[in-house]
Amino acid sequence: MRLPRKLTHQVAAGLSTKRRSRFAGPALMLVALLLTGGIYAMFAPANADEQGSQADDVAAGRTLFLVGCASCHGKNAEGILTQRGNNYGPSLIGVGAAAVDFQVGTGRMPLAQPGQQAARKPPVYNEKEIRQLGAFVASLGPGPAVPSASDTDINGMSADEIARGGEFFRTNCTACHNFAGHGGAMPQGKYAPKIYSDTPRQIFEAMLTGPQQMPVFSNEVLSPKDKAQIIAYVKQLNSQPEYGGFGLGGIGPVSEGMFAWLVGIGGLVLAAIWIAAHTAKSKKKVQA
Amino acid sequence: MTVEGPHGPDTATSSEIVTLTGDPIPDPGLPAHEPRPTDVDPRLERRAERQVSALFGLSVVFTLLFCVSYFVFDIGDNPSVFLGLGASTLFLGLCLGLALLCIGIGAIQWARKLMGDHEIVEMRHPAASSEEDRTAAISAFNTGVEESGIGRRPMIRNSLLVAMGALGLPAIVALRDLGPLPGDKLYHTVWKKGMRVVQDVGFNPIRPADVVVGQLVNAEPAIFDPSRTGPDGEPLVHGTELLQQTAKAAVILVRMDPHDITPAKGREDWGVEGILCYSKICTHVGCPISLWEQQVHHLLCPCHQSTFDLADNGKVVFGPAARPLPQLPITLDAEGYIVAQSDFTEPVGPSFWERG
Repeated sequence: MRLPRKLTHQVAAGLSTKRRSRFAGPALMLVALLLTGGIYAMFAPANADEQGSQADDVAAGRTLFLVGCASCHGKNAEGILTQRGNNYGPSLIGVGAAAVDFQVGTGRMPLAQPGQQAARKPPVYNEKEIRQLGAFVASLGPGPAVPSASDTDINGMSADEIARGGEFFRTNCTACHNFAGHGGAMPQGKYAPKIYSDTPRQIFEAMLTGPQQMPVFSNEVLSPKDKAQIIAYVKQLNSQPEYGGFGLGGIGPVSEGMFAWLVGIGGLVLAAIWIAAHTAKSKKKVQA
Repeated sequence: MTVEGPHGPDTATSSEIVTLTGDPIPDPGLPAHEPRPTDVDPRLERRAERQVSALFGLSVVFTLLFCVSYFVFDIGDNPSVFLGLGASTLFLGLCLGLALLCIGIGAIQWARKLMGDHEIVEMRHPAASSEEDRTAAISAFNTGVEESGIGRRPMIRNSLLVAMGALGLPAIVALRDLGPLPGDKLYHTVWKKGMRVVQDVGFNPIRPADVVVGQLVNAEPAIFDPSRTGPDGEPLVHGTELLQQTAKAAVILVRMDPHDITPAKGREDWGVEGILCYSKICTHVGCPISLWEQQVHHLLCPCHQSTFDLADNGKVVFGPAARPLPQLPITLDAEGYIVAQSDFTEPVGPSFWERG
């Protein structure tokens, strides 16, 4: 703090002709205080507050983790093996905040019950708690961070960009998630979920982290711009009006054909049977 | 036929066979006709008449409503006016459907209440034509044979037979269009030593550091990049040829934990740090496969559920595919990008006749 004091002296020297003034003392004090504060603000680490809150987030996240997650993932998120050597809960070291934000934000974690696949359900933790859990898991090892708002911004894309997103979507996503993003079946009770109701951030995180059986699509290969184009295409696809009325799950001619056969033709057959079975007869004789 | 007597079949004699005379189960004939209420009550008959006309009249109303809806509602307007349906779609469909339905119900009501419903017996007739018709047909044929002289003029007959037979030749000659045989085309793809593996659609080259464990990259040979043009300004591979070559050369790049991979003999250096490259074309009937379950290392073909274990040299673990998925040996070029070591060492895609 030598510099501020030196400056104070210089200012005081400049004002020395009025030093005997009644206000000289308080004025000098005010100038000194302003300078000290201003210069401190200039040189102090700009993100001191942020760092402080990040450390708080990690601590709060650890508390939440020990209560809600440690029973399966281990107290230090190192993962727990079953007696047979299978994964009871996988290690979370290095999965990053993006994986936490996706798994907890879509309600897949905490898991309701063991099974082939974690199902989407209303999230248990709120936005702040998810951020804290993410901060704790991210502090365990380097992993993908939650994508920034600018990465997941899909507004104002040109038709060309959305069409390019469609090409990426058909190349990388439709094998599992269906050409309309309605999802599909996988071996042994697993499934690829429908994706059109997820937020752009969640879709981005799923590509970035590869939850469950889904492969990873890293930012180095499929750039954030490519990902945003894919998301824009999915959202565009889902906002297309269905002029024909009911989409019937969007799984194409199979579901539509089945509907036509079972409901349409089946209904006609039942109606024909009903008509033929109901004939009123009279016991009276025909009047001549 | 033996009839089982009281002492068993071998003691039965012809005297014990009961001869039946007449029909043992007499034909009960048709039940007596029962009249319908509309047959006996003129009041009900007139009511049914009014019902049928009312239904036909209602059909006219719906037809007119269809025409009104056509002009009132815009086609392709807001698609969620009513239960997620557009007004135009909904009312056009409803009006036309109900107009047809009213005609249908009216016709059924007419037939069942008013048209005659007496049971009618129609006897079967023999299928053969009458004797006179058959005689006339045969004599007409014989007259034709006689007058054309086909039996007496063998030169005409034989030359006609040769002409007709020769007409079969064009059909046989045209079979040549099924060929020529593909030669060794099925054994090779555009992959060759040093060609970069690039992401499909984006065409960006890939470094091992870009790919994390569990990652899938749908990839292509760099020669398909449309921005790489030949001396004529056209992309190196384009048009139909691009489609044909893509159908053979498309690959997927996956990265697994190197401890999980069990390379076959001779394939130890075919990957880079756990990154392996396989053909994307199923060996069953050639569907493109990219349904990759990263935790179990299984690649599933969505067409017929053939499943390949990519940690185990593309071995078939389920489904109708008979051959393992061909693997593309990869290495790094001087700039550190993933490149092919060579072409595939075996034909990609489904089996074919000559391959056995």
